[in-house]
Amino acid sequence: MEEFVWLTFLVSLLAAGVRLATPLLFAALGGITNELAGVLNIGLEGMMIGGTFGAYIGALLSGSEWGGALGGMLAGGLLGLLFAFLSITWRGDQVVLGTGLNIFALGLTSFLFRSMYKAGITQFVPSFQVWNIPLLSDIPLIGQIFFRQVPLVYLAYLLIPIATFLLYKTTWGLKLRCCGEHPRAAETVGVNVIKTRYLALCLSGMLAGLGGTFLSLGQIPAFTEGLVSGRGFIALAAIIFGRWKPLNVALACLLFGVADALQLRLQGFGLPIRYEFLLMFPYLLTLITFVIFVNRGDSPAALGKPYPDQ
Amino acid sequence: MMPAPLLEMRQIVKTFGSLRANDRVDFEVRSGEIHALLGENGAGKTTLMNILYGLYQPDSGEIFWKGEKIVLHSPRDAIRHRIGMIHQHLMLVPNFTVLENILVGLPSPQEPLLPIQETLARLKDFAAQYGLPIDPTLKVKQLPLGLQQRVEILKALFRGADLLILDEPTAVLSPLEVEDFFAVLRNLVDKGVSIIFISHKLDEVLRISDRITVLRQGKRVGTIETRQATQPILAEMMVGRAVALDHGFPKGGAAQPLLELKGVSLIRPKVGRVLKDINLTLHSGEILGIAGIDGNGQEELADVICGLIPYSEGQMLLEGRPIPNPTPRKMKAAGLGYVPADRQRVGLVKNFSIAHNLVLKSFDDPPFNRHGFLREKVVHLNAQQVVEAFDIRAAALSQPVGELSGGNQQKVILGRELKLATRLLVAVHPTRGLDVGATESVRQFLHAQKEKGIGILLISADLDELLAMSDRIAVLFRGEILGIVPGEAASLPAISRMMLGERLEAIA
Ligand SMILES: Nc1ncnc2c1ncn2[C@@H]1O[C@H](COP(=O)(O)OP(=O)(O)OP(=O)(O)O)[C@@H](O)[C@H]1O
Ligand SMILES: [Mg+2]
Repeated sequence: MEEFVWLTFLVSLLAAGVRLATPLLFAALGGITNELAGVLNIGLEGMMIGGTFGAYIGALLSGSEWGGALGGMLAGGLLGLLFAFLSITWRGDQVVLGTGLNIFALGLTSFLFRSMYKAGITQFVPSFQVWNIPLLSDIPLIGQIFFRQVPLVYLAYLLIPIATFLLYKTTWGLKLRCCGEHPRAAETVGVNVIKTRYLALCLSGMLAGLGGTFLSLGQIPAFTEGLVSGRGFIALAAIIFGRWKPLNVALACLLFGVADALQLRLQGFGLPIRYEFLLMFPYLLTLITFVIFVNRGDSPAALGKPYPDQ
Repeated sequence: MMPAPLLEMRQIVKTFGSLRANDRVDFEVRSGEIHALLGENGAGKTTLMNILYGLYQPDSGEIFWKGEKIVLHSPRDAIRHRIGMIHQHLMLVPNFTVLENILVGLPSPQEPLLPIQETLARLKDFAAQYGLPIDPTLKVKQLPLGLQQRVEILKALFRGADLLILDEPTAVLSPLEVEDFFAVLRNLVDKGVSIIFISHKLDEVLRISDRITVLRQGKRVGTIETRQATQPILAEMMVGRAVALDHGFPKGGAAQPLLELKGVSLIRPKVGRVLKDINLTLHSGEILGIAGIDGNGQEELADVICGLIPYSEGQMLLEGRPIPNPTPRKMKAAGLGYVPADRQRVGLVKNFSIAHNLVLKSFDDPPFNRHGFLREKVVHLNAQQVVEAFDIRAAALSQPVGELSGGNQQKVILGRELKLATRLLVAVHPTRGLDVGATESVRQFLHAQKEKGIGILLISADLDELLAMSDRIAVLFRGEILGIVPGEAASLPAISRMMLGERLEAIA
């Protein structure tokens, strides 16, 4: 009996971990793309925020959750484009711009949302429903953990091999990584560094936007402020923790996801710890990751440096 | 009736701000020739070649390629016309493998997949055809500079090149590597590739080229057949007046021991012993040369002495006092100056001005600093002095160092470090990349320092330089000193044999 309780707990914990890792995974895969191209994107958080709102509007307008996903990607992609323009063409400092983008996205979405609320344009929007994958979802334990999720979860996990393939096995991926290591060398073999970095940032924005979509339409179908609350930064930590390799980064996201799920469950246990401390848990993990791993080398050599370099 | 030249650049003008880097330059390359391009540091050689490779757009002028006028907007266009370039500062990604470096930007028959199998097969072909073997799985950062250069050549060949531009390819090579490299070049010419070759080493130019074009301060001075050229003629064309070449320096004058290494070893995890039981004494007023093929521990030896790497065993003494844990700060305080080998990476902050780069290591100290504030006037005055002493060619003292020509960047580091050396100087390849005139002034400066009683450790791949300058020469081989001989021409055979691993005792 005791054992059964533990098993149920574990399965629900892991299932929740897989779910909670999903938005991180989208954002982190996006972040890998732009970091491997040499652009440091602290604005991942802001792009996710943009995504949550874009998805809500998209779903509202189209009446479909997939229309919402499109809206989320569009919003994130546009923020990526803006970031690209300011950091590449305008040559602004990437850290400053990223931070600015986060504040901008938060402010803009809150403002728009409140204006809409005052105007009375709030209604329930369609959200993603769980798809039980035939056969696979019937596997004991595994099925419950992985295969009874909403479609965005499957998409996120499918993107891991796709990203690995694109970044490491294709001519495009090699060019992109060369832009992040030695942009001038890339230019001398005929690569358009500016274009590559623009594209990487737009893609990254779209992926972060999908992460945002999951937050607003993948769980409780509603837009509220503070849905993202630092997940963009957790995704950044996962990238560093996973040393820019999609699979390792995905595992790091999973770790953060499970940590989050655990924290939520422990709150319910009525432990003699203030819930604020439990809430802090995933962020603490993030902070520790930054401190320990951030200077370990093997980051793209030209990360954060504008090009051309003088 | 002459056939139309392969390449003709006509009346090329390129200005940077108020500086005319290329001033109505005409330049022509015939099919199948090796054409050398000569000129002082800052004469405009790299600029002209960057224009030919599409990296810069000329302000005016025309380029004719195989008889047709072409416009090159970017390197993509140059590659399409089968023009390849190997840059003064190598364009390789150290973290990528050889294979990855070759594959970047290469069109693939099975897009979007990387053409890995095909490339490996072609790599084998090239290895046999041109004598360019290489292990494609190694990371570039693991390769000695000679092999890195081979990767660059392969990169160019893979893209198909009828014309190969080589911007100071031999500056970083040891004499033996240069021989291999020349064999490769001759091979390429036999296979129908034409070559533009830039170098400051006149003897190399005379040996390898068919014709020579000389630039001076952005203008073309003239083109001559190599058969009719001699070193003095070329030097005079470059500088505009007769230059004294290669005169020896008086030897002797060593006084008391300054720096002593006793049984110093350096053990690197995974690599093993990179320095083995080094026993050396450098006296004040002495130039001690270190010979050896690149990668035999020279740079490690320099780093150990300068406190950049702690040594694993043995003892280091400065004026008889042991220094158990040397750090760069301590050594600087003791009056040590250091000219490192990899100046692109460690020496300069590219977007700082010349003046600021010159005080990069001493902005904390008087006279440059008072009460925590930088005294820009003093910094400026200092820069003026150095720029004059080393003839640094720049538009202004406030110009970012990244905009200087390769050789002038070198001079900035030299100027800074040589001034820091008040008792002891470690100089690694101090004249690498410098033109004849600048080389001569650096050598004279080194000699003057020695006369003042400073002890100099001169690490160089250039045997002529070592023989001309050093009082004694020690030879490093695989981290070990195989012998120390007097710095005179008679020692040359012994040095060459030690460089290949024979001990002095075995030779005598
Ligand atoms: N991007 C740039 N911005 C401003 N000035 C430049 C730039 N590139 C080159 N210059 C200037 O143009 C002149 C010619 O430089 P270039 O690099 O062509 O010389 P070089 O002949 O190759 O010299 P070296 O032998 O030292 O390599 C120099 O005075 C240099 O300072
Ligand atoms: Mg040059």
